[in-house]
Amino acid sequence: MQANTDPTSYLTQSDAVKARFDKLKQREVILEVKNLTKVYRGAKGETTALKDVSFKTHRREFVCVIGPSGCGKSTLIRTLAGLENYTSGEVLLDGKPVTGPGRDRGMVFQGYTLFPWLSVKKNVMFGLEMNGMPTEEASREVALWLELVGLEKFANAYPHELSGGMKQRVAIARALVNQPRILLMDEPFGALDAQTRCKMQTHLMEIWRNIDITILFITHDLDEAILLADRILVLKAHPGEVQELIEVPVPRPRSPDQLFTPEFIATKARLEELIHPPTAPVDEDAVSVPSRMIRFVNVADNVE
Amino acid sequence: MGSNWFAVRQELTPERRKFLAIASFLLPLLVWALVSYVPFIWHPMVKVTSPGDVEYFQVDMLVNKATFEEETATMQEEGKQLPLGVASNPIYLPPPHKVVEALSTAFTTAPVQRDGLWLHQSLWQSIQVIFWGFVISSLVGVPLGILAGTYSAVSRLFEPFIEFFRYLPAPAFGALAVAVLGIYDGPKIAIIVIGTFFQQVLIISNTTRKLDYSLLEAAMTLGTSRWKLLRHVVIPGVMPELYRDQRILLGWAWTYLIVAELIGTSSGITWFITQQARYEHFENVYAAILIIGIIGLGTDMVLARLGKRLFPWDKPANKE
Repeated sequence: MQANTDPTSYLTQSDAVKARFDKLKQREVILEVKNLTKVYRGAKGETTALKDVSFKTHRREFVCVIGPSGCGKSTLIRTLAGLENYTSGEVLLDGKPVTGPGRDRGMVFQGYTLFPWLSVKKNVMFGLEMNGMPTEEASREVALWLELVGLEKFANAYPHELSGGMKQRVAIARALVNQPRILLMDEPFGALDAQTRCKMQTHLMEIWRNIDITILFITHDLDEAILLADRILVLKAHPGEVQELIEVPVPRPRSPDQLFTPEFIATKARLEELIHPPTAPVDEDAVSVPSRMIRFVNVADNVE
Repeated sequence: MGSNWFAVRQELTPERRKFLAIASFLLPLLVWALVSYVPFIWHPMVKVTSPGDVEYFQVDMLVNKATFEEETATMQEEGKQLPLGVASNPIYLPPPHKVVEALSTAFTTAPVQRDGLWLHQSLWQSIQVIFWGFVISSLVGVPLGILAGTYSAVSRLFEPFIEFFRYLPAPAFGALAVAVLGIYDGPKIAIIVIGTFFQQVLIISNTTRKLDYSLLEAAMTLGTSRWKLLRHVVIPGVMPELYRDQRILLGWAWTYLIVAELIGTSSGITWFITQQARYEHFENVYAAILIIGIIGLGTDMVLARLGKRLFPWDKPANKE
């Protein structure tokens, strides 16, 4: 780590922030990813989705993963969840290799994936029942977690009766009730409107503060990543490689008010730089706006 | 936009829906009534009311309009008494009121032969054949379909042959079924089973495959074992769609009924229909066909209602 005294650099950490990171790194490692590589063999030959991805997360750390589209964020989290195989490397949870999906890694998907035939309560209870907990005990547990996400009044509602934000809160409770070691979240708020998303971010931070959970959170929203994360894992596309692991210098507790603090702006500038480099290579999704556009309206009818 | 009858893919108001549902039945009825009661529409026959001097004419005899006119012309030429008649439809197209009459009298008329069956007994026979055919087909077809939709190995092993077999027309197995199962209900049930089963497996496996895979992934991340997935996610997840499939398949089973009942000894509603047609009681034939339709639509409506009760969480069903 280089010494940097520039107050506007994202690498500058206040003493409190630095102390917090030092303490965080003292904690035991929950998830360790070593040289993770995944190669798809398709009709058009081989595609490397992930190449040599390595990182560690400590207990009760909040890590966000961002990167341009096609960088393998989703592949990474799905591999960690055990939903996809990997070609080489290692994924260790508490030092033990991950083989297939399991209740020690909870997952929240962008598409909610609540079981439509089960009530909210039964959805949350699902994991406990699958793992053989007696109904009565499970029921008590569920009540606790529904209260945590503020949905105790909707225990008997069906998922189709809930709004997007509520559905995602149920999904979070459903994953957490199993008391996983790590919570994997794959763009969980991506489908929500801006206002709901903001509420959910605050809510998620509140949950994270109050329970013993490590979170790995995928997003493509830079503000969201900075607001939530202790560290941000920045991936680059084709192939998906780790570009940088940024320690977010924004002090906690966080709130949307910090959006314009120097640390926030500096971090965001750095992320912008990494994800949209000034000498942009070929980006298929990019829409180029021509500098001179044909005018279809009368000059007198100017809107600006 | 509620005022527009032809808004693309927009639902109409409940009143309009009801109105159109009634109209959908009234429209064909109206056409039938017009053809039956308006003398100058169609009416290719003449019903003789007075034979005049035409030797072979009798009262109530139906003759072609052309023949009637020819005979009238001949009589006129010869100065004999002219025959009289009214325009009429062929015997195979009775007017609506006759059929409605038949609908009530069919159940109250004793069978012609002493050992014959009443209409309700014939119907009961048919319903039993359908019921057992459908139950037997479903007992194997539904589980097999779900398994094929869940496990690729099951699908690859069974579906190619089933795909082939479903093209074989069920009635083609009639003679074989009689040879194996005798002449009574056995072969009839077998035809219904053959007609339903193969489609059933394919349709249900397809429905099962349409279940959102991310639900299975979610269940796996919650610690569901592979064997529990089938019972706790796949089956409850496909239930409402499967139920809709079964309703459609039951309708298909009915269409095989008539052919099935002609195999071996004719029985059930088919026997009733062929008997009535033999004595040219066509209004009874129409009545019997109508009854099949009413039973079919009736059961489907009851099943649709039941479906809403059974799957309160199912959005499409509750929107219907």
